Amino acid sequence: MNDPRTNPSTPKPAGAPAGESVWSAAERELGITQGGPRNIGWLCSDRVCQLGRGSHLALVWEGIQGQTRRYTYDDLRRCTNTIAAFLQGCSVVPGDRVCLFLDKVPELYMGVLGVLKLGAIAQPLFSAFGDESLLTRLQSSEATAILTQRKHLGKVRKILAQTPWLKHVIVVDAGAAPLQQREIGFDLEAAEKVENFDAHPVTAETPSLLHYTSGTTGQPKGAQHVHGSIVAQYATTRQVLDLKPDDVYWCTADPGWVTGTSYGIIGPWSVGVCQVVMEAGFNTEAWYQFLQRHRVTVWYSAPTAIRLLMREGGDVVKRHDLRSLRHLCSVGEPLNAEAVVWSQKTYGLPFLDTYWQTETGCIVITNLPGMPIKPGSMGKPFPGIEATIVDLKTHQPIGKTGVVGLIALKPGWPSMMRTYWRNPEVYAGKFKNGWYICGDRASIDADGYYWFVGRDDDVINTAGHLVGPFEIESALLEHPAVAESAAVATPDPVNMEVVKAFVALKPGFQGDPDLELEIMNFIRKRLSPLAMPQKIEFTQALPKTRSGKIMRRMLRAKEFNEPLGDLSTLEND
Amino acid sequence: MNELTTLVLDYVKKEYLEAEDDRQLTPQTKLISGGIVDSFSMVSLKRFLERKFQIQIPDADASPEAFDTVDSIVALVQRFRQKK
Repeated sequence: MNDPRTNPSTPKPAGAPAGESVWSAAERELGITQGGPRNIGWLCSDRVCQLGRGSHLALVWEGIQGQTRRYTYDDLRRCTNTIAAFLQGCSVVPGDRVCLFLDKVPELYMGVLGVLKLGAIAQPLFSAFGDESLLTRLQSSEATAILTQRKHLGKVRKILAQTPWLKHVIVVDAGAAPLQQREIGFDLEAAEKVENFDAHPVTAETPSLLHYTSGTTGQPKGAQHVHGSIVAQYATTRQVLDLKPDDVYWCTADPGWVTGTSYGIIGPWSVGVCQVVMEAGFNTEAWYQFLQRHRVTVWYSAPTAIRLLMREGGDVVKRHDLRSLRHLCSVGEPLNAEAVVWSQKTYGLPFLDTYWQTETGCIVITNLPGMPIKPGSMGKPFPGIEATIVDLKTHQPIGKTGVVGLIALKPGWPSMMRTYWRNPEVYAGKFKNGWYICGDRASIDADGYYWFVGRDDDVINTAGHLVGPFEIESALLEHPAVAESAAVATPDPVNMEVVKAFVALKPGFQGDPDLELEIMNFIRKRLSPLAMPQKIEFTQALPKTRSGKIMRRMLRAKEFNEPLGDLSTLEND
Repeated sequence: MNELTTLVLDYVKKEYLEAEDDRQLTPQTKLISGGIVDSFSMVSLKRFLERKFQIQIPDADASPEAFDTVDSIVALVQRFRQKK
């Protein structure tokens, strides 16, 4: 078997000194020197301008109403200065957390860099989160400011009484709308631009971003990243996404999730490309028109979207000129072999699967350009990443092909999370025998390719987003009809998995379709559409261990027609 | 505006717009591509339609395009009501 830690098909970076590691090469290309500037906000804007590319387009944004906004790198530099200065004027200081609760608008993309320039920690949150999801994550981060839009103010106002540390609610489209106490309007377009702002001096270990991610137990945890992560995000953007400065790049992910920041902000802007952003949601015709209109060359999307495009067939593709496309990648959940084959046939290019997590900060296992593809495989470890498969119980490397174990990574790559925010115990629990355990099961074949099998816990991966059962079950208990519940994954042809809830009702309530819809909407509004159970099964009782713990694993196994496993601890009434 | 259109429009406003969202919805407003209803929320909207009008909408017909405006939703509902 080939050593899975090496990848012979990977080209050496151009001009790399012999023996130079991929990370050192990235530092050199980014101009990072000992004691020199390494603030992500500065590296992604001012530095690109210093390279003579200030007039190059950084962002072309299309809004829902059909409006277009264009920003050069010089605009990006000045806009991010302006945001940083505005926050400074609000008494936000380095180390403070600033939440960005925004749709995919320019203020979100630039806001992240503005927060980083100030030395504060950016906490982007998916704007479809309901007030309870928002509250949970703000209670953890204790953010002092939040940037949001008028349409989301209702959710923010609902939680203000419980977040006394949140001093500023900054509304980016307030217009003439009446604002309340703690709320302040900030119009980036109209604001006088700040020409010079001294980016906060940071080290590689200075905190940069908090991305919240779900586990089986407890509330979501904030994976804390650092400014040094840019080294890995730059290297993988260059070598996996194959971005070159003159590319036109479209990452369909929302920066409320890690893909949208690592590869929707930091990666592409550190390389200096023009990226295009479509605010609107998925629509086959609109997506193809967008690709055609902007002559997109590199496209990074997700299996769920690809499967929806597959469902529409190839005829719609023929009505559009997509010849500009030269490279396609996918992330979020395993890309099925059929999608890779379909993409090759339909676009003349395969979607290359990439694997990583909120915690890893960058792509860690991947199909690289030029590497032979095995449809359905995740690919091989990225150069600089030491990966293996460890035994499910002993967590020792298995060292055999075709045996399913847990994906494990040797700690130390630049974009690895540094902790879970204020939760060091859970962070420490992610490491076994010197390996970071990803929580995903996979095997390695004789050629060193990794093959995804599934999650090793109860977390639900729906359309590439991890949803924790505990958060859903806690919210379900707040519904007046629910006595107890279990949330598990159930298979779905488009989203891979969706949430299914098993619900036992309180006396006096009848489990009928009207109540089912009511509970679905209850969770959708409180948590998010992703967390909404798409199926609800009313039941008299839930399977439990003798100690009273609900056996989610058994319920999940039934959904997937898998063996039920060890039932010796099952409570017998 | 007919009764069916009004009913669907009112439901969308009530369930999918935030209280502070002052956008004016019409039967032609883009819901999915306009960011008002996402593909996950579409499932609850589909469930409402099936309950309210006692119809079954196959998943293959519940595309983002078919749910993109109140007008297209009404056309879908009418098609399946006629099939009953």
